[in-house]
Amino acid sequence: MKVKVLSRNPDDYVRETTRDIHRVPRNYDPTLHPFEVPREYTRALNATKLERVFAKPFVGSLDGHRDGINCMAKHSKSLSILLSGACDGEVKLWNLSKRECVRTVQAHEGFVRGIATRFCGTSFFTVGDDRTIKQWKMEPPGYGEQEEPLNTILGKAVFTGIDHHQQGETFATCGQTVDIWDEQRTTPIRSFSWGVDSFSCVRYNPVETELLASCASDRSIVLYDMREATPLKKVIMKLRSNTLCWNPMEAYYFTCSNEDYNLYTYDMRHLDTPVTVHMDHVSAVLDVDYSPTGTEFVSASFDKSIRIFPKDGGHSREVYHTKRMQHVICVRWSADNKYILSGSDEMNIRLWKADASEKLGVLTGREKVTRDYNQKLRDKFQHHPHIRRIARHRHLPHDLYKQRREIKEMKDARRRKEVNVRKHSKPGSVPVETEKEKHVVAVVE
Amino acid sequence: MAKTKKKSVTFDLPRKVATVSAMDEEVESDEDFLPDNENIISASEDEDAGDDERKHTKLLEAISGLGGRRRKKMTERSEASLQVSEFGVNAEGAGEKVALSDLLSSATEASRTDGTMTKTHRQLKNLEKRQATLELPLSHQQTEKIQREAAFEKASKEVSRWESTIVHQQRAEQLFFPLNQQPSRPRRMEQLVTSWKTQTPLEQEVFALLHAHRQPTFDPVLTPVEEAQLQAMSLEEAQLRRAELQKARALQSYYEAKAKRGSKIKSKKYHKVQQKAKRKAFLKQFEDLCKSDPERAMEELQNMEKKRIEERMSLKHQNSGKWAKSRVIMAKYDLGARQAMHEQLELNRQLTHKPLPSSELHDDSDDDSNSDPTLASEDQTLPDIVNEASANQKEGANPWMKMAVVLTTAEQEEPKAVADSETPEAAVSDAGEVGEEREEETEEERLLGEFARRRQLRRTNDEEEEDKEARQTAEASQTDGASEVSPSRADRSDDDDDGDEDEEDQMDEAAASELNALFGRLAKQAQQGAAPLGSSAELLDEDTTRVRTLEQAELLAETHNDTAPPVVESEEAAPGHDVDDPAPKGKGHQKVIDPEQVLTKQARSIRVPMTTPAIEDAEDEALDEQTDMIREAFAGDDVVSDFLKEKRKQEEEGRPKDVDLSLPGWGEWGGVGIHTKKQKRKRSRFLKKAPPAAPRKDRKLPAVIISEKRDASVAAHQVSQLPFPFENPSQFERSIRSPLGSTWNPELAVRKLTAPRIVTKAGAIIEPISRDDIMPAKAVAGKRRAAPDIQLGGDAERRGGHHRPGAKKKKHKK
Repeated sequence: MKVKVLSRNPDDYVRETTRDIHRVPRNYDPTLHPFEVPREYTRALNATKLERVFAKPFVGSLDGHRDGINCMAKHSKSLSILLSGACDGEVKLWNLSKRECVRTVQAHEGFVRGIATRFCGTSFFTVGDDRTIKQWKMEPPGYGEQEEPLNTILGKAVFTGIDHHQQGETFATCGQTVDIWDEQRTTPIRSFSWGVDSFSCVRYNPVETELLASCASDRSIVLYDMREATPLKKVIMKLRSNTLCWNPMEAYYFTCSNEDYNLYTYDMRHLDTPVTVHMDHVSAVLDVDYSPTGTEFVSASFDKSIRIFPKDGGHSREVYHTKRMQHVICVRWSADNKYILSGSDEMNIRLWKADASEKLGVLTGREKVTRDYNQKLRDKFQHHPHIRRIARHRHLPHDLYKQRREIKEMKDARRRKEVNVRKHSKPGSVPVETEKEKHVVAVVE
Repeated sequence: MAKTKKKSVTFDLPRKVATVSAMDEEVESDEDFLPDNENIISASEDEDAGDDERKHTKLLEAISGLGGRRRKKMTERSEASLQVSEFGVNAEGAGEKVALSDLLSSATEASRTDGTMTKTHRQLKNLEKRQATLELPLSHQQTEKIQREAAFEKASKEVSRWESTIVHQQRAEQLFFPLNQQPSRPRRMEQLVTSWKTQTPLEQEVFALLHAHRQPTFDPVLTPVEEAQLQAMSLEEAQLRRAELQKARALQSYYEAKAKRGSKIKSKKYHKVQQKAKRKAFLKQFEDLCKSDPERAMEELQNMEKKRIEERMSLKHQNSGKWAKSRVIMAKYDLGARQAMHEQLELNRQLTHKPLPSSELHDDSDDDSNSDPTLASEDQTLPDIVNEASANQKEGANPWMKMAVVLTTAEQEEPKAVADSETPEAAVSDAGEVGEEREEETEEERLLGEFARRRQLRRTNDEEEEDKEARQTAEASQTDGASEVSPSRADRSDDDDDGDEDEEDQMDEAAASELNALFGRLAKQAQQGAAPLGSSAELLDEDTTRVRTLEQAELLAETHNDTAPPVVESEEAAPGHDVDDPAPKGKGHQKVIDPEQVLTKQARSIRVPMTTPAIEDAEDEALDEQTDMIREAFAGDDVVSDFLKEKRKQEEEGRPKDVDLSLPGWGEWGGVGIHTKKQKRKRSRFLKKAPPAAPRKDRKLPAVIISEKRDASVAAHQVSQLPFPFENPSQFERSIRSPLGSTWNPELAVRKLTAPRIVTKAGAIIEPISRDDIMPAKAVAGKRRAAPDIQLGGDAERRGGHHRPGAKKKKHKK
């Protein structure tokens, strides 16, 4: 008589070590796991709530400047180094991982208007109100050495901005004209002007590296090709653009920050209408910078806030502000797509997380899985009203909130009026103008 | 001296000329005369020169001569006289304008002499006539604008190269940053293979073999040869083969069941007894053999030796099987398992032990019989046909293909096969007499071979004769089927002697008879399946009863040749029938609504504008009109009452219902004489009355139903509008319905479903995209279309498509 017994392989259920996790056999039979949608909905709701709970984007502040910060630059080869120029002519180099200043240079008299690092990361250029372009070594001077620039170029007029070529030994400055300089020469190799007397910003295209764009004080954005003798084209808008930034992954798109509280993304081939109008700020937008992945950009505004926009979204996905942060003059997105740096009037540089609720540091495998799953759940149920409401809720300072409401009212009133005018005039005499068309005055060839 | 001076001047002149080389022709033409002029000038100059100078130069020459080496003469520029103009032209007519006519004079003279106007002459004349001045160059602004436009065109064209890349990135499921990371994971086999080249002679040989057989390297589904074979098979053959396969499978399952039954018997004693009996029987048989047929016995002995060798070669009893492995695992925990392993090894030793040299046949045979029969019996318990079939399945070899192989081999060895086919039963009986595994093992092969043979026979028959022949073959096949099973029975009776086995045998026989019946049915089915295709004439004959005229028959024949299945055919026939006599159609459609009835009742009262199809044949039009009319009539069929019914239904559904909370049997007595009234009252206590329904919104609107299903409390959680990227609600619902979590999906699927769109590497600088990453537009387009590598379904369809014309041809031949 043989007794029937259950026989199992102990290897299936005995752990090899006590630190190992228990093996859990799964049965995916759908009848055993009912209500998948409601359960996932609950999970999504929880994930959304937790996301808001953990949304603490502020990482730290770098203080040390003795005047408002006017410009910043990322190091092209190192993630931990940041350069900042203040309104008193001081340039500081920061170590971001230690959050401390590693070097201070009295670079100019008056404002430091622009900083650009060389593509190799060995030196950087500054321009200032004292009509000079100075090249500095990235390394601090040795013991007993004076802090002196490598090169100094004296210009005829004040330079307001500088940008370095992506690979070549040329850089561009703007002031009364847009000049292209060879690093080895003291006179510009090319000088562009097109009936305007001052430019506020010039930026090289990081992809098609011979192209440039600049913002001029006559409310125009001008495109250049370094190889040509003349500028390419310009578009004149209703109000002046302060800065612009090219998309680092999509060669023909750039975004400009405008005085009319909006940002505009243009396709450089079709300047007559912007591709997208990004609205949300309640005051002039002063600076803009793309994320290195080219999917989002960050903008700094005079309304004391920073906003993050998706590149093709009309409204921001995130707004950062603190009680102490004043007008934000400059903003940069770190080269590893993780952090945002903002320099503001009250002499502080602030370090923010690009994803507000992201957990910093190394994640375990299970944490990663959960993060991805939660992200997908939030995406999946993002249209459900409750989840939507929680996910979109942001706290705003009272001033900002009030201004937003005011602006909304103004816009509504304007729209209402337009509709009324159209209603009471001959059909076709008042054409419908889309938001995109409204802001462009002319394209000059 | 004078000479030297002259020289100097003449040297000087060309330089001057060079400076004005861009001058008009006039000047150049004058130049020819220059040298002469110059001579004159220099001569006059000579006279004027003073003696002092000459002396001075002489002195200089003398001094230079002192140096030993002759000094190069210094050229001097003499003062130009008034007569010499700046360009070395005689300034006589300096003030005058040169007219074209002056230049032309010689030319015109020449032309006069020729009597024809030269081409240049004419051109010059034209030039003279034209008075218009050249246009001013464009203004600075305008030229700049044109330049800008050209430059912009160029730049935008350059930038547009990125379009495909950007589109690709925007559509990508997942993006990894920084770009151009070196993949750390191993590459796919195809990637390796494409870049790999044969180097060693062995590799080359293998490749040559592979290429000879045209074995596909990338998606090894079917070789071209196999595909061709598949295509060559007609439908009937396929059906027959299927039937055969089914038979084989049934046989196999039967054997498996039997083996299972035998192995399920737990009793050790039973097995022991059985083994012993088998051994005994074997011994007996062997002794008999020794007496009656020593040669045979010798053979048997050799066979045993062979067994031993095979045992040594095989992995049996070497603790490498599944069971042994499980024992190994358990050995850590279980002493019994260890012992079992040892026993196995012992058995192996026994089996592979070499017997004494076979000088004395009898003695040795005894020894061997102790060891070998166990093995033999072991093998015998499970007929090899089962093993083989299952092995086939495990290998995943296409059974159809195997058939093809058998067929080809059969074709190759045609004479032998024919001989076998003539006496299949004899061969089988032979096998039974021998009673060896070798024969048994080929049972399935034989079976399949026979199928193949029969198929061949059938084919030849097809071509030669008509349906009668086919029927005969069917009968033959049935008898064959019966004969096939019988030999196996014979085998078994030989093997098994025990009483238990007898019982089993009886059961086997019963099962076999059942099987026979099954195969008979199968064969019939196969025949029926084959009939409409192989011998469509039969079906056509049946149909002739309906066809009235010759034309109709022809028509039908044509339709039949399209190998339409009989069902379709009947449908096709129906409308034709309909035209002829509509009366039976009414019968056919009795269950549906009788159109005539409906038409008489209501169609006349409802007048609906008719829309007739514009492009139709006359006959079709008439038919369609009729059907349209019917449809129209139905469209107006009692809509109002339907609507009312529906509304009432909705109201009913919307009304709150009473809730019965009573539990059956709770607080009740059972048995005779129980008052049901009391119970009812009790029950009513647990009946919760529903509150009166709120008045419906559509209660005063008789022609409207306002749905009241919307629940305000739930609506707050529901999506009220269709979100942007979705085009219809069902799409959106589908996206919500499929779960993402690991509760519902296996690990890999979850990983795939929850993959984040953008993945960045920690601590890495993400550089802007570089020009090397530009993707050609074609590549993107190709990726978008990206067809799956393997299209079995599509292939099958295509195959079917190819196949049909072939079948058609066959029929035409008849």
